[in-house]
Amino acid sequence: MEHMGSLYSAALRMTRNAADAEDLVQETYLRAYRGFGGFQEGTNLKAWLYRILTNTYINAYRAKQRRPDESDLDDVEDLYLYNRLGGLEAARAGRSAEDELMDMFSEAEVKAAVESLPEGFRMAVLLADVEGFSYKEIAEILDIPIGTVMSRLHRGRRALEKALYEFAVSRRLTEPEPEHQPT
Amino acid sequence: MADQTTPRKPQCDEALHELYHLLDGELDAERRQRIVEHLDECSPCAEPYDFYAELRRTVQQCCQDTVPPSLLARVKDALEHEG
Repeated sequence: MEHMGSLYSAALRMTRNAADAEDLVQETYLRAYRGFGGFQEGTNLKAWLYRILTNTYINAYRAKQRRPDESDLDDVEDLYLYNRLGGLEAARAGRSAEDELMDMFSEAEVKAAVESLPEGFRMAVLLADVEGFSYKEIAEILDIPIGTVMSRLHRGRRALEKALYEFAVSRRLTEPEPEHQPT
Repeated sequence: MADQTTPRKPQCDEALHELYHLLDGELDAERRQRIVEHLDECSPCAEPYDFYAELRRTVQQCCQDTVPPSLLARVKDALEHEG
């Protein structure tokens, strides 16, 4: 069944549990099937399915406000994670930055970091970074202006960096920031 | 720009500012080429670019889940019932 793998993965990140994710995917395919007349050949089937998935999720699982609460996110500076972890590879001769990052975080940690993002930011990051949709496609899927897509991506990605950094600190992969230490 | 001893040029500011737009494939051809050329000759800018490209690949790879066979069967069944 076309695109089910990526839809199921996205559903898991959104609902954060397998039973709800399965229900969400089933409902998405049912709605897509029923509404297939509204799908225009030559347009993007995957984006259309994601739009249905997103709307189904919003209707079924989200009782709260539609707009993400920006105050949920701290201000995080540019290159947050790079400035804290990027230098590590230099200390370990012969290892590339690539090996470093893949080894540094477990799959479960990366998933947990993504799932920790406030909802609207999480969706934007998933659609861009995991699914590779363009800003324009994400705007259509989430039914928000492109400027809002860009700002949610900007802040969501920084929040993701912060969440990953916290895993790194908790596993003592790196020293905590100096301001957290007693003076 | 981790290396504070390297003088920052306007091209460095642009490359840093557009880092994610470049990764996202959202730059026009002219700007894209200008930044890519800059990254080729400025390692303090190329390093964070590579780091974030890899972070993105890591997130992408870690967020792929396998569809349980029971879900596939369930959806097929539900669609068949729709006629």
